[in-house]
Amino acid sequence: LAIATSAHATDPTEPLVVNGEIEIVTHTAAPAHLEGLKTIQSGWEFRTPETQDLQRDDFDNPGMIGVDNAREAWNTVEGTAEKSCASCHEAPESLAGVRAVYPKWNDKAEEVRTLEMQINGCRTENMGAEALDYTDNKMTEMVALLSAVSRGMPVNVAIDGPAQAMWEKGKEMYYTRTGQLELSCANCHEDNYDNLIRADHLSQGMINGFPAYRLGDAKLIAVHTRFKGCVRDTRAETYKPGSPEFVALELYVASRGNGLSVEGPSVRN
Amino acid sequence: MKLSFALAAVAACYAGVAFAEDVAPADVQYTDEGAIAASLSGAAGDAANGKKVMSTKSKGNCVACHAISAMADVPFHGEVGPTLDGVATRWDEAHLRGIVANAKKTYEGTIMPAFYKNDGYIRPGDAYTGKAPTEALTPLLTAQEVEDVVAYLMTLKD
Ligand code: HEC
Ligand code: HEC
Ligand code: HEC
Repeated sequence: LAIATSAHATDPTEPLVVNGEIEIVTHTAAPAHLEGLKTIQSGWEFRTPETQDLQRDDFDNPGMIGVDNAREAWNTVEGTAEKSCASCHEAPESLAGVRAVYPKWNDKAEEVRTLEMQINGCRTENMGAEALDYTDNKMTEMVALLSAVSRGMPVNVAIDGPAQAMWEKGKEMYYTRTGQLELSCANCHEDNYDNLIRADHLSQGMINGFPAYRLGDAKLIAVHTRFKGCVRDTRAETYKPGSPEFVALELYVASRGNGLSVEGPSVRN
Repeated sequence: MKLSFALAAVAACYAGVAFAEDVAPADVQYTDEGAIAASLSGAAGDAANGKKVMSTKSKGNCVACHAISAMADVPFHGEVGPTLDGVATRWDEAHLRGIVANAKKTYEGTIMPAFYKNDGYIRPGDAYTGKAPTEALTPLLTAQEVEDVVAYLMTLKD
């Protein structure tokens, strides 16, 4: 009996625990502001057992290669101030918990900043280095590192105070039916999650797992790259990664996942 | 100058001939229930081509949302919409035409896209490029393709 083989390596209902120690909450009660869902679920729950398993151990997670690259970049001096991230922040672990609260209002800059914007802020203002392109691989890898050190912590993005106006804008975008197919994010990810659309098993479109390593693209994908793909698929004109519109949408979508664990870098098909 | 004008007129004339019988999207008459009485192209539909349109991603891609037992040869049917098995028993031809042309006239606020409509969109793009369109938009399906799809749907009887 013990040697009977199964198509699935492990029980798909087995909860996600990374490296046998980091417990990931992949479903929980929806935050109070979210009327359309009772339970929120990570995209991980909608993937096949085989893909799910790749996230159980960092040695199997291809996204961790990007994290290792970023650890090297973290200690590399760049720019006219001749500093590295480590000069001011010591180990990346010192920023554990930061991923969980971004996008976040920045008082000094008087704007809502994504992690990418903050990283570029530190590069240009504190290091005298050049800003990276918003979806540059080095940028996405650094975001993956900051996510990895926050894994298991609950997403807890603030939606009130000075961030509220941006959040309202993101919410409106989420429910607006765009493009020639006249589809909103909610049409697919709120009204139809768990349904198949052609060959794709629709998830709730959460971003707690980002950056995500997409097996199909064989690389880490930034949140705004995923947004762009989904908007394009409604036969709409997309926004640019890093645009104020996508920052607002990210703030709103992140807040829908308040209570799920930070999970990035995740693995998706 | 004169010659190029004449050529343009000839070209316009040919284009006019090709679509002379089509009802323009803006001129389509829907009943209160969302049906369209007459053929949009003035011609009968070709069910075989309708099947192709329904299963082709760049055309109707109806199978993205609907399962159809008679199309078992086409891989990956979605489950966002109801199965279309026996749909011609539930609806007559005029109503099927209305549902394909603009399902929102039958089901208010439905997720199903309108396939014979070319304006009134928010941020429409140039097909699946993600870019702004450079020319006037055409409907997702031509008048004849709608007729072809309707002809195929009419074969789906219980
Ligand atoms: C036509 C359907 C459709 C629409 C509309 C749509 N998406 Fe998606 N989306 C998908 C599919 C299919 C996937 C891949 C499977 C999955 O995770 O749901 C996906 C994946 C995602 C993911 C990745 C989830 C993960 O855990 O890997 C995010 C985030 C996302 N979508 C956000 C959005 C946002 C924001 C919008 C609106 C701007 C949107 N989507 C509109 C179909 C859609
Ligand atoms: C010269 C000093 C300096 C360098 C070099 C530097 N930073 Fe910063 N960083 C700061 C300061 C100061 C803050 C704001 C302090 C705070 O928010 O507690 C900050 C804030 C941050 C934050 C947001 C923290 C939060 O709680 O919101 C992140 C993320 C970050 N830095 C990442 C980086 C990365 C990645 C690098 C290297 C590419 C880097 N920093 C390089 C000084 C620096
Ligand atoms: C994005 C999803 C989607 C696509 C694409 C789609 N449909 Fe639908 N369709 C639906 C939904 C959902 C309904 C049910 C109406 C409702 O409740 O909103 C429906 C209803 C129908 C019905 C009525 C079914 C019945 O049993 O009463 C027909 C016929 C139909 N669709 C045909 C088509 C055809 C033909 C195409 C392609 C040219 C197509 N659909 C593309 C989602 C879709």
